[in-house]
Amino acid sequence: MSDGLRVEGLTVAYRGVEAVSDVSFSVAPGTTYGLVGESGCGKTTLGRALGGGPPPGGAVTGGRVYVDGVDVFGLSPAELRRWRGSALAVVHQEAGSSLDPTMRVGPQLAEILRAHGRSRADARRETLGLLEKVRLPDPAAIARRYPHQLSGGQQQRVVIAAALAGRPRLLVLDEPTTGLDATVEREILDLISALRADIGAAVLLISHDLALVGRLCDEVGVLYAGRVVEQGPAASVLSAPKHPYTAALLGSVPRIGVSRRSRPLAAIPGRPPAPGEQARGCAFAPRCAAADEQCRTVLPVLDQVRCHHPGASAVPAEVAGPQDVPAPGAPLLEVRGLTIAYGRTTVLHGVDLTVRKGEIVGLVGESGSGKTTLARAVAGLGPHGTGTITLGGTELAVGVGRRDQATRRRVQMVFQNVDGSLNPSHTVRTILARALPERTLKKPGKPGKPGKPGKPGTGQGDPERLAERSGLDPHLLGSRPDRLSGGQKQRVAIARAFAGEPDLVICDEPVSALDVSVQAGVLRLLADRQRATGVSYLFISHDLAVVGYLADRIAVMRDGRIVEEGPAEQVLLAPRHPYTASLVAAARNDPPREREKEDATA
Amino acid sequence: MRRFLLRRLATIPLTLFAVSLLVYAATELVPGDVARTILGREASPASVAALRAQLGLDRPVVQRYLDWLSGFLTGRWGDSYTLGAPVRGLVLDRLGASLLLAGLAFALLVPVALTLGLIAGVSHDRPADRVISVTGLTLGAVPEFVTGVVLLVVFAVRLHWLPASAQAPEGASPVTRLGHLVLPALSLVLLCMGYVARHVRASTVASVESPYARAAALRGATRAQVVRRHVLRNSTVPATSALGVQLQFLLGGLVSVELLFNYPGVGALLLQSAVDKDLPTLQAVAMVLGVLYMLIVLAADLTYRLLDPRVRLGEAVA
Amino acid sequence: MTAIPLPLPRRRFGVALAVGAALVAAWTVVALLWPSLAPFDPGAQDPLRRFAAPGAGHLLGTDQFGRDTFSRMLAGARPVLQVAPLATVLGVLLGTAIGLVAGTLGGLVDEIVMRLLDAVAVFPAIIAAVLFVALAGRSVTVMVLVIAGAFTPIVARSVRAATLVEREKPYVEAARLRGERPWALMGREILPNVGTTVLVEATSRFGDAIFAAATLSFLGLGQPPGSPDWGASVSDNRVWLQIAPWTVLAPALAIASLVVGIALVADALRARWEAS
Repeated sequence: MSDGLRVEGLTVAYRGVEAVSDVSFSVAPGTTYGLVGESGCGKTTLGRALGGGPPPGGAVTGGRVYVDGVDVFGLSPAELRRWRGSALAVVHQEAGSSLDPTMRVGPQLAEILRAHGRSRADARRETLGLLEKVRLPDPAAIARRYPHQLSGGQQQRVVIAAALAGRPRLLVLDEPTTGLDATVEREILDLISALRADIGAAVLLISHDLALVGRLCDEVGVLYAGRVVEQGPAASVLSAPKHPYTAALLGSVPRIGVSRRSRPLAAIPGRPPAPGEQARGCAFAPRCAAADEQCRTVLPVLDQVRCHHPGASAVPAEVAGPQDVPAPGAPLLEVRGLTIAYGRTTVLHGVDLTVRKGEIVGLVGESGSGKTTLARAVAGLGPHGTGTITLGGTELAVGVGRRDQATRRRVQMVFQNVDGSLNPSHTVRTILARALPERTLKKPGKPGKPGKPGKPGTGQGDPERLAERSGLDPHLLGSRPDRLSGGQKQRVAIARAFAGEPDLVICDEPVSALDVSVQAGVLRLLADRQRATGVSYLFISHDLAVVGYLADRIAVMRDGRIVEEGPAEQVLLAPRHPYTASLVAAARNDPPREREKEDATA
Repeated sequence: MRRFLLRRLATIPLTLFAVSLLVYAATELVPGDVARTILGREASPASVAALRAQLGLDRPVVQRYLDWLSGFLTGRWGDSYTLGAPVRGLVLDRLGASLLLAGLAFALLVPVALTLGLIAGVSHDRPADRVISVTGLTLGAVPEFVTGVVLLVVFAVRLHWLPASAQAPEGASPVTRLGHLVLPALSLVLLCMGYVARHVRASTVASVESPYARAAALRGATRAQVVRRHVLRNSTVPATSALGVQLQFLLGGLVSVELLFNYPGVGALLLQSAVDKDLPTLQAVAMVLGVLYMLIVLAADLTYRLLDPRVRLGEAVA
Repeated sequence: MTAIPLPLPRRRFGVALAVGAALVAAWTVVALLWPSLAPFDPGAQDPLRRFAAPGAGHLLGTDQFGRDTFSRMLAGARPVLQVAPLATVLGVLLGTAIGLVAGTLGGLVDEIVMRLLDAVAVFPAIIAAVLFVALAGRSVTVMVLVIAGAFTPIVARSVRAATLVEREKPYVEAARLRGERPWALMGREILPNVGTTVLVEATSRFGDAIFAAATLSFLGLGQPPGSPDWGASVSDNRVWLQIAPWTVLAPALAIASLVVGIALVADALRARWEAS
């Protein structure tokens, strides 16, 4: 029996439908194995099953899991509980919720230590040691706090401390940094890297983030539709992927230095199969350009890569020449000296910002930097403040209710909350038809634009055309939003924003809720629509690479101020403000292996 | 916390003022001449006019309201039209009796409802949960006087275990007096039990399925340990607000329970004074009950805030 | 984010729903058709057969005037089932309108409306009912208005809360950005999405309305004494509890079976709506 984690042919099903199929891998003590995949690929189910229990409604229908030679599924309930207490530790995303809100941090940690047989005094002393180990300042003070009194990063450190308290043999990190700001995420990752050697456990990292996995892991497995489609050393899988899915996934990740001018992102067509949908053959075949009859009928076996045509490309070759992007024109949106406060907290301090005609301005910052407040103020949805906002030379009223109909049409918005973005009671057709200007407004043809069509349902402005321009299948027009995937919903939202031929579209984190392969398609759509209509974007994101892909100019916000602004390449490649530099450093993960080695030797 | 308390205390006079306006306006608008009501149909116009003057009914309404309000605040609650006796002693006597009954009901309600809610929540979706949930739901939907009738027929008329009247004979021992209160208190408990248990059950289920409970189970804690250490606190604290709501319900239920069991409480007095158009008594009872309600809401809010560290210590400091 | 969306195996309270629906349906039929169902005239007195025990002649016995308890119980379904639906519809309509307007418009309108509702809510409904009936006299109209008035703030609060949730959602903000009028926002965008809340409120309020109508009649504030109404019957006969418990028990159990039926239906529907 070998040490570490060994998974053999693990299969988990929900009422007969397999969510995880025949997964095998092993992780030696002291090494880290990364499991990557998009939403619904089965990675969370897999993570849960390793702890000896599938999620509610599921059942392990095949396979074995060994940890240091212990057959986890062979344990009796009582033995399993003892094993979990002594050998397993799990860190989930949104760490704060795995701490009891009614207990102080110190006693929560001490309780774990007490369960491992420490005396009261020892437990208290060790608690402080653990908090120190996860690099929390002033451990004694932290121990006396309740979880809600800590920041997200501090909560995550406490949860890691709790995981270390039991000296686990298997540490499962399930999306450990999702939801944290880039700089905090970086600190947490540094911490995990540093502790890894110290704890000597087998570490399984579950993530959707390829860069993260590449940075932290020795080996990776790529999960698609419940099966491992490729596995091997992190460096080779991520730099020379053999499976078309892995390659396409890597190709769809925006990277700093890649902009829409240099090359369009490669989106993967279609969507992953729902559990149980796939009958036989390769699950990826329906989305793969290289798929043939064999792929559709015979399930390939896994030998490093589960593919009949390793090395083939899933995405049809494109003329990836430089894109022609029109030069920006005269100033369209001018924000001057905008100051906004919520109660006694000032969230914007005299912000100046200009967006020119046909220009994409990226607004970058971490949570709480004021970027959304700024965007909502421009849209007229935010609280009142001082300062001026002008659009094409005329000043905009503070609230959207005070703007006249023609002005309102000129500023539209695409929202982050994909699910709330569309009225759940309306069909896609109704949603788009209600956004068309002729329904509520007979406006005179704007200068410089072709005349408006007369009736809805005909000509330029009907729901069919809007849907088509957004790359939506026309048969979706009759569906309600709950039948659509996240990407489709966001395409409808974009079609709706463009229905009234706006001058400025504010995109507030439009892709942050989407998987990377879907995100790539939406980003391309946004780039295409901009090129076709000459609209301006104020594009907000916490993700520098995403902003870098679209934006002509970038403004960096921190604590309600714009700390740096300039052409996109300049801001990303030669940042002048130290804060920008730290953001760029946190976002830059390629080449992954070098970073990883640095950490290992640090 | 201190700011919350001050703010809440500051709203009390305002609410009191609103309640007093409402009470006074309602009683002021009672149709018919009060003096005539008191003296009866046969009284001469002169004696009616004399009584009107004596009661101060010939003065402007604002002045009478202000007099009444200042009188209420200084403890001069006037004399009952029908009994001729001072209202204050009467109302406070009856209030004491009602509080005894309500207190007994509440003392029974809290442990029973919490326990049942916890059992239902921990055995989520299993038979014990079904039985508790459906029973609580059913009993909570039935008016307390109906439950009371059934209890009376079973325990007083058929089995003779407990007395049918809530009022113990003069000079009875405390135990006997308590025995007389059991059936009325029980009908109030059965009314409120389901609602509180439902709240406790919901927060118990949420707590049992919460990430922190799962994390504790993944660290090897037994189910009993998880419930004792993590679930208990997190599921009972939110119930304090449900208890506040139910305490209000319980007071409202006093009116019909006191009527059914012939109990001389403040609820029966409210009803009697409304029927008799005994305005000073009606005003005093309505004011006293209004104040009591307000204090209950405040107490429930405060308890909840004291028990929940997230509210007690404010939001994240970092 | 990585979780597979799986509907939890959720067993419905199918039996409870069926039992509840059957009870409600049965009483509705009785309320409509009691004249042809009742074996005796509920008002007919028979001085020779006072306090007859339940048996062959009188299924549920007779009361102090020798009136047939069973027939009176059947006849008593009508007054309750007249008052409760009216009061429910009135209270839910009014509450929905207030909640929707306050929630959608927000700002000062919302502030004023909610303060008013708070002030009303502080005042216990039963005291308000007693005061109001003392003021306006006893009548069916007063009973409907009192009950509807007590429900309005409750419905308004929950509809407002649901409206506020919807109003913050981007689809409403998108509608505001394209210049929809407040009425269109309320009617076309928000109302369809708070419809479930309104329906849940309506079913729960219906049960409460029966509860309230029965209680008011019991207290002598609703249907007049001597009426076959259930609450009034319990009140009229409670003094004879020791001699003729059936005269009290029959109307009491009738109330219980109707409110329990409604509660079971309401709970099952709520569970179903919340799951969807």
